[in-house]
Amino acid sequence: MTVLRLALQSLANRWLTALLTVLAIAVSVILLLGVEKVRTGARQSFADTISGTDLIVGARSGSLQLLLYSVFRIGNATNNITWPSYQDIASSPDIAWTVPLSLGDSHRGFRVLGTTPEYFTRYRYRQTHMLQFSAGRPFSDLFDAVIGADVAQTLGYKVGDPIVVAHGAGAVSFVEHEDKPFRVSGILAKTGTPVDRTVHVSLEAIEAIHVDWQSGARIPGQAISAEEARTMDLRPKAITAALIGLKSKLASFRVQRAINEYRQEPLSAILPGAALQELWGLVGTAETALSAVSAMVVATALLGMVTMILTTLNERRREMAILRSVGARPRTILGLLTAEAVVLIIAGTGLGVALLYAGLWVLQPFIDRAYGLHLAIDPPGAREALLLGGIILAGVAAGLLPAVRAYRLSLADGMTVRV
Amino acid sequence: MSDIVRMADVRFAWPGRGSFALAIDEFALQAGERILLIGPSGSGKSTFLSLLCGILVPQTGRIEVLGTDLGALSGPARDRFRAEHFGIIFQMFNLLPYGSVLDNVVLPLAFAASRRKRAGSAHASALGLLQHLGLGGELAARSATKLSVGQQQRVAAARALIGSPELIVADEPTSALDRDRQQAFLDVLFTQVREARATLIMVSHDQSLAPLFDRVVPLDKIAREMQA
Repeated sequence: MTVLRLALQSLANRWLTALLTVLAIAVSVILLLGVEKVRTGARQSFADTISGTDLIVGARSGSLQLLLYSVFRIGNATNNITWPSYQDIASSPDIAWTVPLSLGDSHRGFRVLGTTPEYFTRYRYRQTHMLQFSAGRPFSDLFDAVIGADVAQTLGYKVGDPIVVAHGAGAVSFVEHEDKPFRVSGILAKTGTPVDRTVHVSLEAIEAIHVDWQSGARIPGQAISAEEARTMDLRPKAITAALIGLKSKLASFRVQRAINEYRQEPLSAILPGAALQELWGLVGTAETALSAVSAMVVATALLGMVTMILTTLNERRREMAILRSVGARPRTILGLLTAEAVVLIIAGTGLGVALLYAGLWVLQPFIDRAYGLHLAIDPPGAREALLLGGIILAGVAAGLLPAVRAYRLSLADGMTVRV
Repeated sequence: MSDIVRMADVRFAWPGRGSFALAIDEFALQAGERILLIGPSGSGKSTFLSLLCGILVPQTGRIEVLGTDLGALSGPARDRFRAEHFGIIFQMFNLLPYGSVLDNVVLPLAFAASRRKRAGSAHASALGLLQHLGLGGELAARSATKLSVGQQQRVAAARALIGSPELIVADEPTSALDRDRQQAFLDVLFTQVREARATLIMVSHDQSLAPLFDRVVPLDKIAREMQA
């Protein structure tokens, strides 16, 4: 008891350096736990990019490639699904709903997705969240477009603005569908998913802007105006991929196999959850790097604490001699210095956790809105508890270093102070 | 009167240093005696006191305090023995820089159970001692570092005296004080030592203090420096 009181008094006497040391430890704890929070939040957000969809179907390819172009709008499909095959699959008895996706065009770097209005009701992210309109409504006219939140923000579009779709997926395109301009009919609310960076148009519109095209170029002398296109048969000949909802999840593997073995055309079906996990395994190495960096910061803070205690040790040899003279054992000196380290490390860790949660509480809505990253405010889990325990143990172990030195000094000094 | 300290055939050499060693063939101190050890600095005074207080243990020979052979005690037991039976005053920097005057005075009681019992109420007895040493009033609550050197030495005296230990050991306690203050400090110290019926052993290089003591012993008479 005396030892703890002495340690506290000694620290209070050096309150400024003690406070700075506690702050350094607190900041390192915030960083370590914050990285952990962002990591789990990002992993969750990533896994929650698409939910409620049981299967994704595309032309035969690897599951990652199919996931990347159909959900993340990265890369291109190698091939299409013909409309009859799609119709055939959509009509199979296990399937509750399908949403076709048609990709290949872009608008100023943002991908254009041809789909049906059902997309806006079927697409789910973060488990149960539906797409919401922050302005306007789904497309009703042939040349209506619904844009994601990032598209609207980056390009400053409002409902009613005209946009021209370019052929191909590049940011700069020389071939545009300028003869058939679109009009923004709706803007989606921020989701934190690739939907934010997508321009949505109807499947028929994709067909309409390509009606006078062949093999990626206009057919010379056969220009068809937008008005003429409206009167034509705009049923798509092919789509890029499709989202599928099943009547029962139990049928997932059966339907997947059936699609993979589809005879008329080489197709692939993937389970989005499994593919997302596979993809996270690839991008997830960055999280290890982040964790390593924050572990380094914790080590730096602990080194700072040891340095702070060690530098005061010499001027405190008198203090040790006094304590020895009144009957303190060398072991008490050891305990005193260790207690100081323990007090610093526990105060630092506690402050860090408190500040982290305060910060989360304040910043969470902002981070959710700005980055679509949902950071859960829940009590520290087993992993966090393990990390905190590890920090405290490492701190105590580091604190033993100056304590043992003081112990040696007080044994050697006895009652006299050799400075 | 009986001997409170008895040393015989003591040989001590600093481990690992080799160059300096101290030999004490015989030394005895009677209970209630006030003795002045005279010696220039560097003559082994600190080593002598450390041996007496049981912080250092001689390689050979015997040091008895209150009939207890210090060499026979374990390290922690020696520390407890020192806490119970010794009050020690250093030359300067006697006080813990953190903590109040009162904290500093009651410090030894934390390590000595029977001294704590003898002191009764620690605070009351500390305040009483401070009062007697001329440090009454609100000084007790003040931070120890805020005091003058003379006041600090008197706080150290109060700490040495609290709980009435049998032996008061003072290592040049007045060398940091000017003449007038030296006299005043020694006056109050002697009064308190007499009242507590304690034995006082003081080390100094100042011959002029000699008349105040029962006995004056030049250190070189009892302790020989040796080249080991």
